[in-house]
Amino acid sequence: MSNIPADLKYVASHEWIRVEADGTVTVGITDFAQDQLGDVVFVELPEVGSTVAADDDIAVVESVKAASDIYAPLAGEIIAVNDDLADEPEKVNEDPYGEAWFFKMKLADAADLDGLLDADGYSAVCE
Amino acid sequence: MGKKTPLYDSHIEAGGKIVDFGGWDMPIHYGSQIKEHNAVREAAGMFDVSHMTIVDVRGPDATAYLQALLANDVAKLKETGKALYTGMLNQDGGVIDDLIVYRMDGWYRTVVNCATREKDLEWMTAHTKGFDISLTERPELAMIAVQGPEAIGMVQKVQSEAAELIDSLKVFQGLAHHGWFFARTGYTGEDGLEIMVPQENAADFWTQLVEAGVQPCGLGARDTLRLEAGMNLYGNDMDESTSPLAAGMGWTIAWEPTDRDFIGRAALEQEKAAGTPMKQVGLVLETRGVMRSHQRVVAGSGEGEVTSGTFSPTLQCSIAIARVPADTGDTAQVDLRGKLTDVSVIKLPFVRNGKKLF
Repeated sequence: MSNIPADLKYVASHEWIRVEADGTVTVGITDFAQDQLGDVVFVELPEVGSTVAADDDIAVVESVKAASDIYAPLAGEIIAVNDDLADEPEKVNEDPYGEAWFFKMKLADAADLDGLLDADGYSAVCE
Repeated sequence: MGKKTPLYDSHIEAGGKIVDFGGWDMPIHYGSQIKEHNAVREAAGMFDVSHMTIVDVRGPDATAYLQALLANDVAKLKETGKALYTGMLNQDGGVIDDLIVYRMDGWYRTVVNCATREKDLEWMTAHTKGFDISLTERPELAMIAVQGPEAIGMVQKVQSEAAELIDSLKVFQGLAHHGWFFARTGYTGEDGLEIMVPQENAADFWTQLVEAGVQPCGLGARDTLRLEAGMNLYGNDMDESTSPLAAGMGWTIAWEPTDRDFIGRAALEQEKAAGTPMKQVGLVLETRGVMRSHQRVVAGSGEGEVTSGTFSPTLQCSIAIARVPADTGDTAQVDLRGKLTDVSVIKLPFVRNGKKLF
């Protein structure tokens, strides 16, 4: 069974969202997603400073098996990206909820968080 | 639920992630496809290939039958156990399947693909007319491919009574031993063996190999290894609409003797005389991204297609097999998700015996 931490939020396209103390969010892909992809070999990240709308495809993960788009779970501004993934894409398989975060965002509207799935809701998506 | 090989429980026990492959439940990997791939390049790995179809051809006309059925010529097999790789073509010269034929003691053993089993058997049966032969499928044999620089030594450790026979095997030769069959063949570009074993012995043999240090490998690593080795995958790199001359299989066509009238010969001779418009090449992408099958290739005086593409764990970049215009030079461009990207064009293979070849 895949690991779905209870303290995170999710979207059905298999990204996880962690709300930080300062109101920004950190985004990555779920354990279920990395398992489906298999060995990850490249990660392409959005540009810091870019403004994105919810559901925009803003990043790409390439595994040995397939290329997969990564979507902005919420509208806002990209304030940081995880450059370490360029050299160590395998971290996505090894530590999807920790070292392999993809990007951080400042939200356009914090109320958008209410539309996200909780762990139970996401778990139903993976079945 | 699909069909299961005698090693299905062994795959589950080893943590194999099971997928459907041509109607069979097979492991795609046991955790990491890349680790499995590297084990084969550096030491030894093994694959359950029991889903492949073994068909024995016996009878006084077996040689004549196979000389008519196959583009390569079994008359080249001068001694018992020698094997050859060949296409089985239709009248238009398209590839129905690719297979290996072993010359046994007075008969032949063929190994064909699992996804093409039914049409192959139908075709082979339909062309028995006029030949005194019998075709016998051997589903009671499991098959394990043990591949890598240390593979042969590890098999000999586990099957010590067959060690001498294994030592005597030349490349592309297979010999029977008490109901087992050891062949020095494979689909990885490394030395190793493909071993046919009675199904009741398969799981124990697998376990002994694991204990000896052989890494179980799934279909994922099998694909990246064969692609690095520049070996075709039926259904990807060629099919019934593809000429073997445009799929890197020209070397498998035995044109001599000229009076051997194999199925597809007339069509291929016409094509050869007119000049084959397409050829098979290898592509290397030195920048980021991964080439995938069906991507468009802009090359030479026209366009071609990626037939198999992946990330190469050995070379740490993306590689592909492609069919391109015959006048393609050293470079081409691949349409990577909408972006034309420069790639180098090389002569296959990419990797042999652990070494980069271009």
